[in-house]
Amino acid sequence: MLLGPALGLSAILFSLGVAGVLLRRNAIVLFMCVELMLNGVNLSFVAFSQLYGASGYIMVFFVMTVAAAEAAVGLAIILAIFRHKQSVDLQNINLLRG
Amino acid sequence: MTSLLESIGYGQWILHLLVLLPLLGVVPLLLGAERNAKWVALVVTTAEFLLSAGLWWVVTPQQTGMQLISDTPWIASWGISYRVGIDGISLVMVLLTTVLMPLSVLASWHYITTKERAFYALMLTLLTGLVGVFIALDLFLFYVFFEVVLIPMYFIIGIWGGANRLYAAIKFFIYTLVGSLLMLVAIVVLVWKIQSATGELSFSYQHVLDNLGALGNTAPWLFTAFALAFAIKVPIFPFHTWLPDAHVEAPTAGSVLLAGIMLKIGTYGFLRFAVPFFPQVAMSTEVSAIMVTLALIGIIYGALVAMVQPDIKKLVAYSSVSHLGFVMLGIWAGTMQSVQGALMIMISHGFSTGALFLLVGMLYERRHTRLIEDYGGIARVVPVFSLILTVVALSSIGLPGLNGFIGEFLVLLGSFTAYPWATGIATTGVIFAAAYLLWALQRLIFNRLDNPENEHLSDLSGRELAVLVPLVIGIVWLGLYPAPVLQRMEPATRRYLEAVRPRSAPPENLRVGAGPVAEVRP
Amino acid sequence: MTNLVWLTVALPLAGFLVNGTLALRRPQAKSLVSAVGVGVLLAAFAVALGIFVELWRNPPHAPIIVTLWSWLPVERLQVDLAFQVDQLSTVMLLVVTGVGSLIHLFSVGYMGEDPGYARYFAYLNLFIAFMLLLVLGSSFPVMFIGWEGVGLCSYLLIGFWFSEKANADAGLKAFIMNRIGDFGFLMAMFFIWRAFGNLNLVDVTSRAPQVLQPGGAIVTAITLFLFLGCTGKSAQIPLYTWLPDAMAGPTPVSALIHAATMVTAGVYLVARTNVLFAMAPVSSSVVAGIGALTALFAATIGLRQYDIKRVLAYSTVSQLGYMFLGVGTGAYVSGIFHLVTHAFFKALLFLGSGSVIYAMHHAYHATHSHEDAQDMRNMGGLKQYLPATFWLMLIATLAISGIPPFSGFFSKDEILAAAFARGREQPLYYAYYAMGILAALLTAFYMARLIAMTFLGSNRTGEKERAHLHEAPAVMTGPLVVLGVLSLAGGVLNLPAFVGGGAALERWLDPVVSPAERFFKLEMPHGQAELFLVGAAVAIGLLGLLAGFRSTLARPIPPARQAGADTGLARLLYRKYYVDELYDALIVRPIVWLSRIVLWKGVDQGVVDGAAVNGSARLSQGLGWLGSRLQTGQVGVYVVLFLVGALWVLSAVVR
Repeated sequence: MLLGPALGLSAILFSLGVAGVLLRRNAIVLFMCVELMLNGVNLSFVAFSQLYGASGYIMVFFVMTVAAAEAAVGLAIILAIFRHKQSVDLQNINLLRG
Repeated sequence: MTSLLESIGYGQWILHLLVLLPLLGVVPLLLGAERNAKWVALVVTTAEFLLSAGLWWVVTPQQTGMQLISDTPWIASWGISYRVGIDGISLVMVLLTTVLMPLSVLASWHYITTKERAFYALMLTLLTGLVGVFIALDLFLFYVFFEVVLIPMYFIIGIWGGANRLYAAIKFFIYTLVGSLLMLVAIVVLVWKIQSATGELSFSYQHVLDNLGALGNTAPWLFTAFALAFAIKVPIFPFHTWLPDAHVEAPTAGSVLLAGIMLKIGTYGFLRFAVPFFPQVAMSTEVSAIMVTLALIGIIYGALVAMVQPDIKKLVAYSSVSHLGFVMLGIWAGTMQSVQGALMIMISHGFSTGALFLLVGMLYERRHTRLIEDYGGIARVVPVFSLILTVVALSSIGLPGLNGFIGEFLVLLGSFTAYPWATGIATTGVIFAAAYLLWALQRLIFNRLDNPENEHLSDLSGRELAVLVPLVIGIVWLGLYPAPVLQRMEPATRRYLEAVRPRSAPPENLRVGAGPVAEVRP
Repeated sequence: MTNLVWLTVALPLAGFLVNGTLALRRPQAKSLVSAVGVGVLLAAFAVALGIFVELWRNPPHAPIIVTLWSWLPVERLQVDLAFQVDQLSTVMLLVVTGVGSLIHLFSVGYMGEDPGYARYFAYLNLFIAFMLLLVLGSSFPVMFIGWEGVGLCSYLLIGFWFSEKANADAGLKAFIMNRIGDFGFLMAMFFIWRAFGNLNLVDVTSRAPQVLQPGGAIVTAITLFLFLGCTGKSAQIPLYTWLPDAMAGPTPVSALIHAATMVTAGVYLVARTNVLFAMAPVSSSVVAGIGALTALFAATIGLRQYDIKRVLAYSTVSQLGYMFLGVGTGAYVSGIFHLVTHAFFKALLFLGSGSVIYAMHHAYHATHSHEDAQDMRNMGGLKQYLPATFWLMLIATLAISGIPPFSGFFSKDEILAAAFARGREQPLYYAYYAMGILAALLTAFYMARLIAMTFLGSNRTGEKERAHLHEAPAVMTGPLVVLGVLSLAGGVLNLPAFVGGGAALERWLDPVVSPAERFFKLEMPHGQAELFLVGAAVAIGLLGLLAGFRSTLARPIPPARQAGADTGLARLLYRKYYVDELYDALIVRPIVWLSRIVLWKGVDQGVVDGAAVNGSARLSQGLGWLGSRLQTGQVGVYVVLFLVGALWVLSAVVR
């Protein structure tokens, strides 16, 4: 695999993810963008480990595990909020306002 | 008497006992029932007064230095020790405190009806703090006691006070705290600078006095910090606005202690710390001009604003601003007469204004209003009350023969040589004092009794008389025979003046002048 | 006896304590109160007599100081509570205790039915104690105790019937105006302290020539400030307006405090510090000038007052002016002489008016009328109902008008002659003389008017009331008789040479006033000039009396309720030139407005509390609010902040 295009794709994926996290209002879409960011990082890990050894692949596994756990917990929280507020629009969730 | 006290080793334990006794008294108070709290407090405060009375024979006019100095290392690695001592100035302040305390407890007998244990426990803690402030000879210890008096007073005002008590309590606490925090910084810098010059780290008062040269050009800033803290406490215009609110909203005992003693912590601070530590700065032309001007403003402004107050307690509060203006003038004029006068005002103000607040409190207990317009003509119904109110008001005005005159006269006389024009303006203050107090007196007890609710006022009860009569006796006695008090304070005043303006010639003691007197008979 | 001089103060003080306690506990014990109240005065008078006799037998060369205890020991300042006994203080002592005893006795009758009887005597005794402290004090501060103390008692007694706001107001006014004068006294003390390092009278008066420069700024300042005190205490221009209002108090009080004793304290002060005034000719001229001006000014107002006590009040202000004219001219003995004779005849006049008011009150009380018992328009023809009072008051009138051989003639004549004599050196004094002569004319006029309106002509009190008009009881007329004798014969105290007298008072007071003579010796006129002046004074007096009687009796006077209002000049005089209103508008109201609107609402509540204190509170609240804007509670915002923060930390680390 070529390093340049791989990193470029990784960067694009990451940026798209960041932009989505910053700009999207739907909590589930937010999570999807977070997944996008994580997978973008995974891609760059894989790309680099081709050159620098297997530790990159191991990191990918770590990241995927954490992402899965985080997605599970996060979706559970979103479900709880939805039951309460009948909406997952992030703009309206401001109970911690002070 | 002196030998009796010596035989029981009075001097060794009295100062420590005076600080500890109230705290020890808190324990049985909190463990007992609510209705016994005031009795415990009364017993403890009266015991404190009786024990402290012995100090009168310990600090005699013949002794020139600080007495009963006792030093216990506390936080040795920082040079902090529990160091206390007493001299003429501290003596009168401590005695004033121990006299007013039991009277305040008695005054609150029926006034405080909720959470009595908490109230009287706070009073006892306050007593510890007040006594400690005046005898502390270690800067850190002084600061601790300085802060300790704030907290009980905050609660006393905040819980048992009037309608606007929370605002008043918070204002009082934060305002005073701001000043004292600045002072803490100054203390630390002070001690640290002296350490870098001498190599010895010590918060001891004497150590600082001996090494003032090390301060150099930080002195003006340090003085400003100290002066600000005490200026807020005195209070000096324009840092005075916490006073009317605090005095008005506080319960009677709170007002008495606040006006009677806590304000004097500020002036004491100037006399003991702020001026002796930084004499060149304090007595420089610019600073003197500022302080004297502020003192004058306090005198005249305080009197004029007092005149137009509809609330009696606020009137007395502003009158305190006016009286303490005289004290500041006396301190800054720096003559023997003016400083002795300033100290006398501190004492007599404690008696007179304390008595005024007690009287107003007694009126409030009956009618639950402090507005002057709600009264009028009550001299017919409560003659004893009116008599005592008149005597106390006259002493506050400075009628010769009562205690207020002594201090005021000495301050003005002594300040005239230093600041003739300022003294001239200050003397007009006596006219305004008569105006606001007598006008208020007239609207309270003279004129026609218009309000039918006043027809059934009860005159002073035995307990109330027991509270007021000692103060009235003190007022008359100090007015006619202040000599023993003046003589006891003289060595301390002289030490203060020597620290501020070193003098080469010893003071003279002239008796009746060299006139053609035929006979002098005792 | 001299070292018992403190008894004269202690006895009335004890009387105050006893009567005060009785007032609170047993106000009905009237006989006990009377016994104590009058008894202590008579005892004090006995002591005074004893001291006088002792001094007469062995005249001291210097004042005798009797020290009680050390009062203010503050290093160089050593003020003892001590009394000074010399010729001048003895004179004052006798006047105060003597006339005081008579007035106390009179009060037993006059105040007999008042519920505040015990309180009255308590205050009266306290007053005597303070007054004696004033005249006996050996240093300025001790004198000041008495000075302010009498002001206090005046306040309490003027407002004795305090349920009426007007009475309480009058008391307050008296105290405040006195306080303004006290400011002057205090300032003078400070100047003296600075110059002399000492506040004892003996010391200051004996060392004054060495310490101070004659005619210099300091001695002028001292004396002018002292005189400011005098204008307050002795009701001279500009601080006189409290005295007429003080008539709100019981009549014996007016007699004692506002005629015979307290108001004369200022004259005493000038006489006591005569050397200082002699060293300051400017101040002396001011004293004499204001005295003369007040004498004339007050006399004009007295012409048109209808309340019998008000006429006498303005008369007192006027006569005090004469005394100041005397001491201002350097004739200290004459001033004191007039003080003494004035005490006699003015007390007599006030007590006499008290008898009249007593009778009128009873008459109106019996018929349940609400007419004013003190308005002369309601009187008239009382000669047949109160004959003793009439004759005695006539004696006093002749005395005050300066008709020989009554006492007032001798004292007043001396003062006018002195003014005329000084005119030779300082022509301004001729103007003072002219004012004095004119005032004498007016004095005789308004006194004659008073007598005519009250005792002569036809009675206007009313048919039914007339039956109840009668003479006062003996306890009241007795003192009147004594005062009458003194007013008649008091001139013997200081008979001038041209009638063959030995000028006893002059010789008696010589040791006290001789220090001043070094600086100014008054050349009194002799021979023809003297007789001319005397003749002029007597002629003026007679003229005034005749004019007064004739014009008052010329046409019938309507009773008060039927009288129309005055117009024009008469109204100006009746309204006392609107001075009170002027003071109120120019001084009182502006100060109250300044205090309330500017200082309290404006500065205190607005600027200091509002802007600074609460403003800083609002500032910190504002800053806190600003900070809380970051806490939106929205995850998205937090994420952005997180990102920004992370980038910033990264950039700091990487660099």
